[in-house]
Amino acid sequence: MIVFIIRRLVGAVLLLFVVSAVTFSIFFVVPRLAGATAEDLASRYVGKTADEQQVRQMADKLGFHDPLVVQYGRFAKGIVAGADYDYGPAAEHCPAPCFGYSFLTQAPVWPDLLDRLPVTASLAAGASAIWLLAGVATGVISALRRGSIFDRAAMGVALAGVSLPIFFTGLLALGIFSYTLGVTAPGSSYTALAEDPAQWAYDLILPWITIAFLYAAGYARLTSSGMLETMSEDFIRTARAKGLPERTVVLKHGLRATLTPIVTIFGLDVGLLLGGAILTESTFSLNGIGRYAILAIGANDLPKVMGVTMVAAFFIVLANLVVDILYAVVDPRVRLT
Amino acid sequence: MTGTEDMAGTARDRPEDFLTVRDLRVHFPTDDGLVRAVDGVSFRLQRGRTLGIVGESGSGKSVASLAVMGLHSGGPARISGEIWLDGEELVGASAERVRRLRGAKMAMIFQDPLSAMHPFYTVGAQIIEAYRIHNDVRRSVARAHAIDLLARVGIPEPASRVDDYPHQFSGGMRQRAMIAMALSCDPELLIADEPTTALDVTVQAQILDLIRELQAEFHSAVIIITHDLGVVAELADDVLVMYAGKPVEYGSATDLFDLPQHPYTWGLLGSMPRLDRDRSERLLPIPGTPPSLITVPPGCAFHPRCGHTDAVGTACREKVPELTEVAPEHRIACHLGAAQRERIWRTEIAPKL
Ligand SMILES: Nc1ncnc2c1ncn2[C@@H]1O[C@H](COP(=O)(O)OP(=O)(O)OP(=O)(O)O)[C@@H](O)[C@H]1O
Ligand code: SF4
Ligand SMILES: [Mg+2]
Repeated sequence: MIVFIIRRLVGAVLLLFVVSAVTFSIFFVVPRLAGATAEDLASRYVGKTADEQQVRQMADKLGFHDPLVVQYGRFAKGIVAGADYDYGPAAEHCPAPCFGYSFLTQAPVWPDLLDRLPVTASLAAGASAIWLLAGVATGVISALRRGSIFDRAAMGVALAGVSLPIFFTGLLALGIFSYTLGVTAPGSSYTALAEDPAQWAYDLILPWITIAFLYAAGYARLTSSGMLETMSEDFIRTARAKGLPERTVVLKHGLRATLTPIVTIFGLDVGLLLGGAILTESTFSLNGIGRYAILAIGANDLPKVMGVTMVAAFFIVLANLVVDILYAVVDPRVRLT
Repeated sequence: MTGTEDMAGTARDRPEDFLTVRDLRVHFPTDDGLVRAVDGVSFRLQRGRTLGIVGESGSGKSVASLAVMGLHSGGPARISGEIWLDGEELVGASAERVRRLRGAKMAMIFQDPLSAMHPFYTVGAQIIEAYRIHNDVRRSVARAHAIDLLARVGIPEPASRVDDYPHQFSGGMRQRAMIAMALSCDPELLIADEPTTALDVTVQAQILDLIRELQAEFHSAVIIITHDLGVVAELADDVLVMYAGKPVEYGSATDLFDLPQHPYTWGLLGSMPRLDRDRSERLLPIPGTPPSLITVPPGCAFHPRCGHTDAVGTACREKVPELTEVAPEHRIACHLGAAQRERIWRTEIAPKL
């Protein structure tokens, strides 16, 4: 088990390096291949008024004339160990993980990200808990009452859930529950969990449900079809033959087997969401990673975009790692080697 | 115990009968029509005795035994008839009542022990669970019991193997563990549905030995379901031969092997692998295939495959033969007259077996 985890950890770190190399390539190599010169790249780091001389100096300083490997080394080192920038008169240290400074605000990117992370994490945590519970419960009941009104209604709602875009359901929910009925918080409300847990939940309940609505649908369908399959397995017949009450048969034997593949998908979905819920954060004006990324892309603020990319990649790799380990925990047939 | 019998051919009440099944019918309504999986089966069984149910695939053996266990409840099956277990009628009993008997008073072993065990729980956990549903004991007590049972069915190092998962066991060990699970509450009726079909030959013999031993020890009633007459010959006291959901021959194993009376049983005996014969001689498969249970052939369901219809005439195609007693405690469902059967058996069948 330990060996397995260590191996997977090493793998995850290597994967992150690959991701960083790809990110680096997208931002620094691809433009060069497309014909941009070192000066073109550097021009984005200096004011619009800068002359050619200043741009060339900047390109030198940022090392855009160096071989690509050296440049990547510097980029990776910045993330791992921090970087020192020498802006002529003032040398500046950017502590690890250093994704550089915003073109617009000159502020380092990482503290910004740290600021936004709790919002996105709060969104992901609440929403995923809701969709997992709601989706799995709906799926189980649908499977057991196949063809019933509940089943058909649930699957109809599920279909609506997967096909309606989040900005539609989100705005609709805001319009009805926040602005008309006034029972939920208006847009751009956020309170830190540590500050006031009740307020935190109150502020986020609408975006949670909006995201959960989208995902729960898929989980309900997945659970329902999985349960239908599992409940016809031989080991379910054995469980019944032992004289177990039907409840136990369904929950302990049926659901246990059905949940295994769902755990995998759940982990990956949460990982993806931690990298920023772009549409939800935008719809509800929440200052999370996703909204940060969208604003940065709009402003062509490369270091920010790069930072978000790396953070999102980190969560996806982490989620994969957790899922692999979890899978081995929930399915004893998976050999940990 | 003499001659004349009631319509279903069996089952007058005898106080010593532990299980009495009377005119059991299990029908499944499907989109294609009504599947008459079991259609009028009767038998009875005492404690300490073994009934073998034989028949080709699809003859309704499993469906009949699942009905005894009450395992069709909640499904589409329509069940009629009577199942008396130790003086209690089960077809009309509540699902909850039958559930309480399941695993405690009656238990079942299935064909494929790998798929019949939950892959995510240890063997021990599954035995412990089976024991604790019906016995209010602490987990540690149940665990000790599980280890005892594993030892009893011949699992080496049971104290450590109890924590293994099913996939860590070999096929034979898994079936032993299944048996341990079934025996956890000392059931008085044990149904084994093709318990050795999924195992290789040497292991098969061991498992059969184990079932026989345990039966002697626990003095339980055993139903063994198989399409292998060899298994029946080895274990059963009585034999019920089924064809297309109906009983065609029912009698003691001795009678049935010494003087089988039904053409289908002759066919089964003829197709039984015999090690004392040449390869070419020993397999005489019954021609054709079992019928669809939705459109069962009229008259005797076996008539399209039977080689003796000439001796009877049109009745085979027109009239369903009733199960009737042809010798004490020996019943068949066939229109052939006693003299004809006697002649065919002596001149055509016996010499080839
Ligand atoms: N739920 C069901 N719905 C419809 N038909 C069914 C159902 N369960 C069983 N049957 C049918 O009942 C018939 C008898 O099945 P059963 O499993 O009892 O056969 P069997 O004698 O045990 O055969 P085998 O030797 O292959 O195990 C089969 O034709 C099967 O298709
Ligand atoms: S009734 Fe006719 S068809 Fe059926 S077994 Fe007897 S002889 Fe054969
Ligand atoms: Mg069967």
